Amino acid sequence: MEINFWDKEIETIDKAALKVLQLKRLKETVSCALKTQFYKPRLKKAGINSADDIKHWEDYKKIPLTTKDDLRECYPNGLLAVDMKDVVRLHTSSGTTGTPTVIYHTKNDINHWAELVARSIVATGATNEDVFQNMMSYGMFTGGLGLHYGAEKVGLTVIPMGGGNTKRQIQLMKDFGSTILHITPSYILHIHSKLGESGVELKDLRLRKAYLGAEPYSENTRKKVEQLFKIDVYNSYGLSEMNGPGVGFECAHKCGMHVWEDTYLLEVIDPKTGESLGEDKEGEIVLTNLTRRATPLLRYRTRDIAAIHKGLCGCKRTHRRISRILGRTDDMLIINGVNVYPSQIEEVIMRIPQVGTNYQIYLEKEGTLDKLVVKVEIYSKMFSGNLAEIDALKSRIVEELRASIIIHPAVELHEPGSLPVFEGKAKRVVDNRVKL
Amino acid sequence: MKLTQISIFLENRKGRLFDVCSLLGKNKVNIRALTVAESEQFGILRIVVDKPEATAALLKKHGFVASLTDIVAVEVADKPGGLADILKVLSVSDINVEYMYGFVERKSDKAILVFRFDEPDKAIVLLKKKKIKVIGRKEIGDL
Repeated sequence: MEINFWDKEIETIDKAALKVLQLKRLKETVSCALKTQFYKPRLKKAGINSADDIKHWEDYKKIPLTTKDDLRECYPNGLLAVDMKDVVRLHTSSGTTGTPTVIYHTKNDINHWAELVARSIVATGATNEDVFQNMMSYGMFTGGLGLHYGAEKVGLTVIPMGGGNTKRQIQLMKDFGSTILHITPSYILHIHSKLGESGVELKDLRLRKAYLGAEPYSENTRKKVEQLFKIDVYNSYGLSEMNGPGVGFECAHKCGMHVWEDTYLLEVIDPKTGESLGEDKEGEIVLTNLTRRATPLLRYRTRDIAAIHKGLCGCKRTHRRISRILGRTDDMLIINGVNVYPSQIEEVIMRIPQVGTNYQIYLEKEGTLDKLVVKVEIYSKMFSGNLAEIDALKSRIVEELRASIIIHPAVELHEPGSLPVFEGKAKRVVDNRVKL
Repeated sequence: MKLTQISIFLENRKGRLFDVCSLLGKNKVNIRALTVAESEQFGILRIVVDKPEATAALLKKHGFVASLTDIVAVEVADKPGGLADILKVLSVSDINVEYMYGFVERKSDKAILVFRFDEPDKAIVLLKKKKIKVIGRKEIGDL
């Protein structure tokens, strides 16, 4: 197997040198964090008044964990560590209860992110001869732009198609002989089911690889996609708080995702106790971004569950690998690659006066894609007997949900009292999706 | 001379229409006219009964979503062109029919049509002027 490197020196750095580099970068990050409204009082309280208070690895544990809620509270500029004139881009999340989160990037931050993506894709064997069709959404979602910059850096021919429009995707795959796709697992399976309709056969395509991410999926799904398309599938891990894709990526060996440890301090903790877990133990991934200067994040709880693999990979990269994402510590749903919290749906429903207090969220599979069904009870006092009004109500709920969570839901209206009532903790989410 | 119709929101669930009708039957409510406006997952059942307020209260007590709406019932000759004659009167006066439904009177050659107008009072005046018979609440009860 041919092993390619983008930055061989850093990718194969020996453990001791990596530790030294990490500590140096951690100090830089801490001094940068001390410039933010959020971290300044927090670090001081923990006894860290300057970067010099981080002398050894033991000092690292003094840094308190940062959560998603902290990030929300910091919106919009509690975590901004540089002058706005040095910020070249920002990405926000849609936020659960109306409070989004924001990550700022300097020019160097963006460039470093692109470097990580470049390393990642070269590790899969990508070269400037590849035609890269990026089917992840562009815009605020970091999946699209993240891979785009890295792929351009390596010199691939990038087709910035974004998500959706299956017919056109297939046409482009055929016309330009796309060799690599960046796509969600559910969407690539959907594309396969539509090939026939488009009059395109596998032999008309030049596909060789797919980078699948943004949704959890199993080893069986990888195999299925590989067999259906006769390609290699590589797993990708990232989250917008840590820039986006390029945090962890599988190399040609396809045995876990290398986390770029010169940039991300990797820990796995017990989500209940916060205690650090050893290798091969499943827990919550905690990451520190060691290079981003505009928005430092220290010991960030990702809420993703995975384990760190033991041992060295055959590719000789020294950066440790993590397993697939095995679950979440919170109630976040991933629907066709989009992150949605049930509370976002509730927030929209509850501001509509014609809707009662009970609702349920159903997730189903429609073909290989996810379908979101929101069942709501109508509020009897608001019923006028007019069918057009009820139809308008339904459309309004669909529209407002779409605007808030980006996903187009199916909405069902029900009579009051017809949805199950729960004593104690309500089971609002019914996930009937067959796991991919 | 307006009549009161009951509109009932029904989700598309097996036996739901039966639930309404059996409740009304048990309580000796006689349905004079009925129509269902339907959508994919739900329908609106519209009924004309002799005691609308009491019936609506009964339905609500049993958990149904019901509301009252003013309607106008008109007697029309049960022959070709009967409905057209009435609609012509309304149309020239710019009165809109939101929806309508009809039923045939048992012991005569007349049909009765139930209209939901955007301006029911204006419609009644106009219909009467044209000597079209508007049915009152008592007459509906007697049918």
